[in-house]
Amino acid sequence: MSPEILQLIAWSTLDTLVMVGLAGLFGTLLGLPLGIFLATSRANEFFPAPNANRILGFIVNATRSTPFIILVVAIVPLTRLIAGTSIGTRAAIVPLTIAAIPFIARVIEAAIREVDQGLVEAARAFGASPLQIVQKVLLPEAMPAVTLALTLTIVSLLGYSAMVGAVGGGGLGDLGIRYGYQRFMPDVMATVVIVLIVLVQGAQTLGEAIARRLDKRNRNS
Amino acid sequence: MPPPSDVQTQPIIAFAGVSKVYPARNESAEVVALHDIDLQVPQGAIVGVIGKSGAGKSTLIRLINGLERPSRGSVLVNGTDVTALGERDLREARRSIGMIFQHFNLLSSRTAFENIALPLEIAGVAKSEIAGIVGPLLAMVGLSDKRDRYPAELSGGQKQRVGIARALATKPKVLLSDEATSALDPETTDQILSLLKTINAELKLTIVFITHEMSVVKKLADRVAVLEGGRIVEQGTTFEVFANPRHETTKRFVGSITGGNVPEWLRAKLKPERLAGDSAVLHVGFTGRGAGQPVLSRLARNFGIDVNILHGQVETIASHPFGSLFISVAADPEVLGKVIAELKAGQNTVEHLGYVA
Repeated sequence: MSPEILQLIAWSTLDTLVMVGLAGLFGTLLGLPLGIFLATSRANEFFPAPNANRILGFIVNATRSTPFIILVVAIVPLTRLIAGTSIGTRAAIVPLTIAAIPFIARVIEAAIREVDQGLVEAARAFGASPLQIVQKVLLPEAMPAVTLALTLTIVSLLGYSAMVGAVGGGGLGDLGIRYGYQRFMPDVMATVVIVLIVLVQGAQTLGEAIARRLDKRNRNS
Repeated sequence: MPPPSDVQTQPIIAFAGVSKVYPARNESAEVVALHDIDLQVPQGAIVGVIGKSGAGKSTLIRLINGLERPSRGSVLVNGTDVTALGERDLREARRSIGMIFQHFNLLSSRTAFENIALPLEIAGVAKSEIAGIVGPLLAMVGLSDKRDRYPAELSGGQKQRVGIARALATKPKVLLSDEATSALDPETTDQILSLLKTINAELKLTIVFITHEMSVVKKLADRVAVLEGGRIVEQGTTFEVFANPRHETTKRFVGSITGGNVPEWLRAKLKPERLAGDSAVLHVGFTGRGAGQPVLSRLARNFGIDVNILHGQVETIASHPFGSLFISVAADPEVLGKVIAELKAGQNTVEHLGYVA
């Protein structure tokens, strides 16, 4: 492979990391509160708002059931509004974030619902407010599961980011399609796949290591 | 102004006409969890509520700190009707009511120290003051060396000690115990019970506990209430209830630890009718002063009969000796009547169960 190609691969990898990193960050900033809300707002829960819960739940499901490639095209006007363009790496962050929010919301909802209800009852018995319960009990106790959930999100986003190449987003997927597929350069295609495998492996290993550190439940003295 | 003694006899917790009904939902009919409960807990007492699962004891104890709201009636705690409080006031009130749990309910992500600090953080106590409160609590429950351990690194008994220290962090006036020893082995149970007794004595803390084990009532309670199908079927001092259980449920609970239940082998041999040469089987409960008397040898001497002990047990309940004996008496019906009268005269309870060959 020529040095130019190698440089392209390096730049594309950086593009992918930027897209996934920022989409993961914005997705978490919006998905985390949404996940907490979904986990605590059914009837008889802390912040009972069953109607809002149902409506948001429906939107989350609808977004998640839309194939990503269709989502990317469907929200082009929104992308242009936010990113100023509908082509390239900057633009790709918008659909990636939109796809990440409902995903993150659901996995975080599941992580929070896993927390032992006895702990919630204990906190209530000590006079904790719903907000304090979320802050001091639910989130810290759900943290290992939340970390694993975010790892899963990052891995999924790496997959999605390869798709935005199809609509002019940058990154490894774009490179793979333009050089590996359209110009038929199998060595570029192979390198792109290998780099993606390494990124996924790295993200998974790191996420699991952090989750293990946070999890104090299986300590043996 | 009432004299000070009146203030002291004022119960710290008072249930008045409390009912709890869970409304019908979908296909399940409505459930009456508690029915017209009247219960008073004197200041500084240890009161046990015993009942089988489903009797309503969980609901009852949760009414005291407002985790459950009654359908009818009032629950006064320290002079305040907790059933009338709004959520905000109720949260404030809960800080003077500690609670410990069967499964400890410690946060797995926090160390022993941090778990005990939790109620203080919730109450908004400054970080600088927290260490000064938690340290002595750890010492009181004997876990100063486990301060930075996570719950997963502690034994069941140690976890419950952390739970107790946590419940005491906000200096409550009342401690609620929800089956606190049910998940522990007998030896650890005894240690936790004696810790609770110490706390009761030293801190003048009122304790209300629920349990399904009469042995816990026996070791811990001053007073006991027996709950069955959502009603209090019997209540009184622990000794009264043990010495003279009236309700069937109470008799079974009491019998489970005083040996008052007829042993299986004896039940199999019992006959309702007397044949010639049969002996009568009596169940004699010795209580209070009667327990110290040489009753059996006196019977044998006075009536010239053979008294055979089939089964028996002597216990100390609320510092009183308490015995339960199954005896067979080889006597004809006329003498038997006198024997029973004699036994009853000595403050004992006597039950004629039948005959054995």
